[in-house]
Order: sequence, then structure tokens, then C-alpha cells
Amino acid sequence: MKQFLLDGQPVPFEDGQSILEAARQAGHYIPSLCWHKDFPAHGSCKLCIVKAAGRHVSACATPAKEGWEVESATPEMNGERRALLQMLFVEGNHFCPSCEKSGNCELQALGYEYEMLTSRFRHFYPDRPVDASHPDVLLDFNRCIFCELCVRASRDVDGKAVFALTGRGINKHLVVNAESGRLGDTDFSKDDLAARICPVGVILRKGPGFAVPIGERTYDGQSIREQKLKEEES
Amino acid sequence: MSPAPGSPPARKLRVPTTSLAGCFGCHMSFLDIDEHLFELVELIEFDRSPLTDIKEVGPCDIGLIEGGVCNAENVHVLRAFRRQCKTLIALGACAVNGGLPAQRNHLSLSECLREVYQFRPGIENGQIPNDPELPLPLDKVRPIHEVVRIDYFLPGCPPSGPAIWKFLTDLIAGRTPRLSDGLLHYD
Ligand code: SF4
Ligand code: SF4
Ligand code: FES
Repeated sequence: MKQFLLDGQPVPFEDGQSILEAARQAGHYIPSLCWHKDFPAHGSCKLCIVKAAGRHVSACATPAKEGWEVESATPEMNGERRALLQMLFVEGNHFCPSCEKSGNCELQALGYEYEMLTSRFRHFYPDRPVDASHPDVLLDFNRCIFCELCVRASRDVDGKAVFALTGRGINKHLVVNAESGRLGDTDFSKDDLAARICPVGVILRKGPGFAVPIGERTYDGQSIREQKLKEEES
Repeated sequence: MSPAPGSPPARKLRVPTTSLAGCFGCHMSFLDIDEHLFELVELIEFDRSPLTDIKEVGPCDIGLIEGGVCNAENVHVLRAFRRQCKTLIALGACAVNGGLPAQRNHLSLSECLREVYQFRPGIENGQIPNDPELPLPLDKVRPIHEVVRIDYFLPGCPPSGPAIWKFLTDLIAGRTPRLSDGLLHYD
């Protein structure tokens, strides 16, 4: 079987497999945020950044190549990941103590994994009003990281295309595909895959809030590294 | 300043603490180190702090700042701490990223003040307080690293007693503080 070296360790892969998929399958953790095993790679968050054959590439979007030497868990790569996380935090409004996703949030868990102690940069504090128009689901855009997982799930699985990203660069934002722009005016349902897929605290079920006590949430007792490798095994 | 790991400091480290735009929750959590307080008072003595009533901060070793910056007085106190402290620490979520008070940042200050002092249900002929003694609010609440240089950050709302204890003992022993084993939390 073909293989490449990840931080000096051999990782077998099949043709067409990305560096990230092959690594995870072999029990090695490369972080991800916008990647989801059921969807084609999106390549937007760059948390999966690795150095392959001396170049920076997104591990989720780069097919593995025979004999490559890939650097991932190095101080350099982890430092870049931390900086990316810091930029994501200052770009939105992330007040974890009052966020329902806290403890179950992938962005937050990655902050812990890479020991992010400060957002370091100047906070944007953008103005992003929430959308509470839907009877079952609340949208808190303040925490959106533009991973497009909801866009992809709604379009490709639910067959509804409820969400879209619009604007460019610093003005990029998530919108709801309705004349009014409100979720309540779409056929979005709480049973849609898009209602469950957000890795952060944007798309939230109304009603049962803060249901799981602190200490028992997904990332209270285990790191995101452990959780993702466990998912891979199951 | 830092003694070699393991050896007791030659003199007690002077530690001032303050709460800017915070709720004193981080100070309460600090007291939650419980019996470690006895060990701690062997190593440090407090300077300006809600625990001592000293009004002005003097030359110090490790300053602890709870809360972000929401008014002119906060800026003044923060700068005084920076001038006087060799090491300055952002203690808790509000100091680190503005926290709950910063959730007003998407509103204009005048909107906020009018909402609270004029339009709140039950208020008649309400006026926005304008006593010259009151510190002027800033248009946005800011984390303290956006105003002065900060040496270390200890997130959490509040950081737990064990996290504060680990952090301080690392620092006092001359190690780079590290929050491992689940001590790092943003909530
Ligand atoms: S989405 Fe995640 S990082 Fe953002 S406030 Fe919520 S828990 Fe914190
Ligand atoms: S709402 Fe959630 S899933 Fe959708 S783009 Fe934003 S962060 Fe991604
Ligand atoms: S996981 Fe690869 S770019 Fe987001």
C-alpha cells in the first residue's frame, strides 16, 4: 500500500484520499473545522494546515501522495492554527459563558486543544442581529465561522437550500434564502440535517437550553482530538 | 524576580488586584483556593486590592486584573497597574475578551443609556446621570490587552480556584504558567 510520512510516521492511503482522511483513519489527529466526512472538502477554515513537501496546504483538500513528508504537529503549524483560531474569535462575537453551545463547540474545543489563552488581536465586535423568527430554531449569527456546513447540508441533503454565504472578505456573512431574509419564512425544519450540523453556536434548538450540565458536555471530559479519533473508530 | 523552582522567594511578592468592568466573580473564585490561601500568604502580600483597601497601587510584582475596560476610570487604574507591576495578568473572561459587559458593544452608548435611564418600564422623567464625579463610559467595552501590554492571560468565567492556584504557583516558582488537564475553560 502507498504511504506518506506524517511527522515522521508512516501513514498508508488509498488513491484519492486526502492527507486528513488518511491520517485520521490511521489514528493520527489533524484538526479540522469546516471538514465533514459526508461532504466534499471545503478548504475554508485552514485549521487542517500542514506542510507537505515544504508547502503549506489544507490537509482536508489535498490528496495524499506517495513518499510525501508531511509536518503537522509541529510548533510552527500549531502556532499558525492558534493564530487562525484567534482571528476567528475576534471576527465574530464569541462570549462563551452565555453561549448554549459552550462545552459542545468545536471552535472552543480547538481553542483548548491549541492552548489559546487570548484572542490577541483587536476585537471587531460586529453587529449581527439574531433571527428568532422560526418556531423551533434560533439563529445567532454572532458566532458564525462561515464553514458552509449548513449551506451544504441544506442544499445537498435536505434539498432546501435555506442558507447561503454572501459578501466577500470582511463583509462575508450568512443569509437565509427568503424574501424577508428570515428563517421563519422558509420551509426549514428542526429535523433537517442543517439544524444539527453547525460546529459552533449559530443554529440552536429553541426550548431545551443548557440541558446538559457542566462537566458532562462533549468536551468537558475529553479533548476534541480524542473525540474526533473516537468518531473515526466507530 | 523569579526565584529558582523549589526555593522559597527571598521576600514576599507584592500582588495588587482590582476589578474593572467585572462582577467580582474572579475575586470570589480566587478565594475559592480555600486552604491554599494559607500557603499563598507565606509567599505574597497584597497591595492595592478590594481585600486590603489600599487606594493607590505601589511598585509590585504580579498584578491581577479582573474585568475589561468600560469607562475612563478603568483606563486610569489599568495604566497605573501597568506602570507599577512587573507582571500583569488578565484574570477571567471579561479581562480577556470584554465578556458580558462587551455585549453592549453592538449598540451605541447613548441608546444603552437612554434604554436604561429613560425608557425602562416604570421610569418617569428619567435622566441620564451626569454627576461630574461619575467616570465617563467608553463607547465600547474593551479587553485590557487592547489598552496596555498584558503578560499572561487566564480565561474562564470565572477561572476555577484550581486553575488560579496552578497559574499562580507556576508563576511564583518561575515557570511559564500552563493550564493543562482541563483547567483551561472559556466559560
Ligand atoms: S460558538 Fe463556541 S466559541 Fe463561540 S461563543 Fe459559543 S461556545 Fe464560545
Ligand atoms: S451557521 Fe454554523 S454551519 Fe452554517 S456557516 Fe455558520 S458556522 Fe457554519
Ligand atoms: S478542515 Fe481543512 S480547511 Fe477547514
